[in-house]
Amino acid sequence: MEIVCPAGTPAALRAAVKAGAHTVYCGFADETNARNFPGLNFDRDEMEESIALAHDYGAKVLIAINTYPRAGAEGIWHQAIADAERFGADAVILADIGLLDHAARHHPGLRRHLSVQAAAANADAINFYGREFGVKRVVLPRVLSVPEIAAINAETEVETEVFVFGGLCVMAEGRCSLSSYATGKSPNMNGVCSPASHVAYHETAGRLDAQLGGYTIHRVGAGEPAPYPTLCKGCFSAGDKTGHLFEDPVSLNAEALMPALQKAGVTALKIEGRQRSASYVSQVVRNFRMAVDALDQGRPMPEGMLARLSEGQAMTAGAYKKTWR
Amino acid sequence: MELTVGPIQYFWSEDNWADFYTRLADSPVDRVVVGELVCSKRLPFFQHRIPEALAALQAAGKQVAVTSLALVTLKRERKQTAELAEMGMEVEVNDLTALAYLPQGAAFSVGPLVNVYSAGTLEWLARRGATRISLPPELPIASVQALVRAARDNGVMIEVWGHGRLPLAISGRCYHARMHGRPKDNCLFACEDDPDGADVRTLDDTPFLAINGVQTLSDTHACAAYQLDLLQEAGVGALRLSPQSQGFDEVCAAYRGALDGAITDTALEARLRAASPAGTRLSDGFLTGETGVAWSRG
Repeated sequence: MEIVCPAGTPAALRAAVKAGAHTVYCGFADETNARNFPGLNFDRDEMEESIALAHDYGAKVLIAINTYPRAGAEGIWHQAIADAERFGADAVILADIGLLDHAARHHPGLRRHLSVQAAAANADAINFYGREFGVKRVVLPRVLSVPEIAAINAETEVETEVFVFGGLCVMAEGRCSLSSYATGKSPNMNGVCSPASHVAYHETAGRLDAQLGGYTIHRVGAGEPAPYPTLCKGCFSAGDKTGHLFEDPVSLNAEALMPALQKAGVTALKIEGRQRSASYVSQVVRNFRMAVDALDQGRPMPEGMLARLSEGQAMTAGAYKKTWR
Repeated sequence: MELTVGPIQYFWSEDNWADFYTRLADSPVDRVVVGELVCSKRLPFFQHRIPEALAALQAAGKQVAVTSLALVTLKRERKQTAELAEMGMEVEVNDLTALAYLPQGAAFSVGPLVNVYSAGTLEWLARRGATRISLPPELPIASVQALVRAARDNGVMIEVWGHGRLPLAISGRCYHARMHGRPKDNCLFACEDDPDGADVRTLDDTPFLAINGVQTLSDTHACAAYQLDLLQEAGVGALRLSPQSQGFDEVCAAYRGALDGAITDTALEARLRAASPAGTRLSDGFLTGETGVAWSRG
């Protein structure tokens, strides 16, 4: 299986390819990608140089252009696709139908992957994208179990790529406006979710409140570590219940399921974390590369290698092991 | 401007469901979208009442369409989606999976849960047979205006979310089941007890969201009372009203009155508040504010 690694900066890309990444994904430093955070991503020169560097190491580069274009400003997104092709990107990762259609017609030689932001969650939808827009690979939404992924692979020629490590969206990706409801900034339009610009911490009477857009969604004792207030992982009340009504503040680790995912016919394993440092990327990539090499050679996988790298401490196998179904 | 009534987002009893459409046949709306949007497990409880509801609405001169599910993952859900396309009714596509089943050239409409953010997507959908697109609620007025211009050149009518709790997210996971400590497959239909969703409050006890099975909605009811002129000037063809369990006849009548110029925007707001449960909060921020929850008169 191919491992697809995050690179938020040229330094992280360099670290990933040196650590053995088969493939790296990254984005331009603007609203065309869904990790449009301050200080992250690549300007045009950096992208061109980084692609050349990755190719020198025999690694592929995928460029995520996976937000939904702003009406009237489509040119920014079209330019990003044209530049990706010009710089020699191995594929673009798109979510929007209009962009897929544009890329298929104007850049037919540029390989097209379907972003998780399109939330194509069944074989009919995936084959639709394959047929209509020549999509070669789909990044599956994080709502599917391993048997469901196997069933999809049995019904499609489109390659599948699944998230195995890092942050975890709780909602169907690309179909969530929680962030824009509370802060005005959305993943689909601005490439940001629960943005740091709208986070505030207030310490009063021995407790620390974490707020997003003025809404208090975490509360801990003063001095305790306060989790980042991501909306869907916040603490809320409904009826007589108070707690993490949507999801606990956990991150995904499907390391133990890698053999099952391989059997399910998955082509590529994706690691989340373009906001992460070069040293984190390097460690995660090295560990995953060892694991897939062991799998490919029929050796036992090294165990528990990634636990200490996870966000906070709590980890989950997510929907892959559907305990909540 | 036309008035469209969107699908009931919640799980209502079969009789309440059928009564709602009987009453709606007499209300001053132009178009009604019927069917299950949120959870495939709910459909068997009222599916057999759909033909009668559609017939009554059509007899009353309403345009009708049937909605697809918003998130299709299971075999059963794919089958439901395929059957929808075979009904011979206009389908409102709320997950692109439905497009895979619609015959090439068949006219369809696009619901607010499909991501239509720019002209390229609109044009592709129009070429595929879309005649009407209800835009995602999070779009600002500038995008609405640009999309109406693109729609005009493609023979598509644009509809905008006018009133009701906003559909903010859809998930594979059921939050009603989670709230009651039950697995999704044995949810015991916990959502049935909350005909307008279960209120979700922040740790400051501020009303914020509402849970409706696998769907998450806003606490506020979106309300386009103060944007009607702006939307009409932009060339928006229809306003979508989303069903609520109380006072919905009055919501429809009040919007009709305002669009006909019979009542002012402030009178519309007053009538909407009077029709809704006490303390109902309104928002219009996605269209004209800084955040979705913002209210231009607040």
